[in-house]
Amino acid sequence: MNINILAFGIAKDIINGSTLGLEIQDGTTVGALKMKLISQFPDFEKLRSLAIAVNEEYQDDDFVLSEKDEVVIIPPVSGG
Amino acid sequence: MIDIQLKDTPIFPQDCIDFVADDGTGGSTVFIGTVRNQTKEKKVLRLEFESYAPMAISEMRKIAERAKERWSCTKISIHHRVGVLAIGEIAVIIAVATPHRKAAFEACEFCIDTLKETVPIWKREFFEDGDVWVAAHP
Repeated sequence: MNINILAFGIAKDIINGSTLGLEIQDGTTVGALKMKLISQFPDFEKLRSLAIAVNEEYQDDDFVLSEKDEVVIIPPVSGG
Repeated sequence: MIDIQLKDTPIFPQDCIDFVADDGTGGSTVFIGTVRNQTKEKKVLRLEFESYAPMAISEMRKIAERAKERWSCTKISIHHRVGVLAIGEIAVIIAVATPHRKAAFEACEFCIDTLKETVPIWKREFFEDGDVWVAAHP
């Protein structure tokens, strides 16, 4: 299946854009997605943290992605 | 009662103070975060805050709800600004009202500490010789 991923902050610089379309297998987890992102863009591994939000909620590595999910790369936050 | 706002225009402490004002509370605390003119002795020219807006709002609401439950806060107001900010401008305001003063200090500190850890807002500092996404790297 295809998923469309949104990027913010330094993640935009790393993927060189604000969205990224990825072809993933059914049953792909958040953890597997992170591995895929790191293998495609090694700079993600240099970050202090890498989180994934699905439908506006942080999700753990074992969360399984679905085609219509809004998937967002959350690099280390620095508000306040 | 909880008041959460994410704005791309200036934010004002009095708005937060007015929101939490309540005859039933014995104290309120206000934290105001502003743009510093230097980082590690490097001169900062300006800041830019970017957010994943819907989630930033829902995460700020979660923080306020947790604080409200833990410290029996009467009212909490959190306003965060996004976009380009100049030195000295206000980036965030947190106002908390509780029946007793100790809880007001603790709840306010909890809100700003947790905001910095969980709310999807990113700060980019611009220097004379370039820019950096704050705290992105270890």
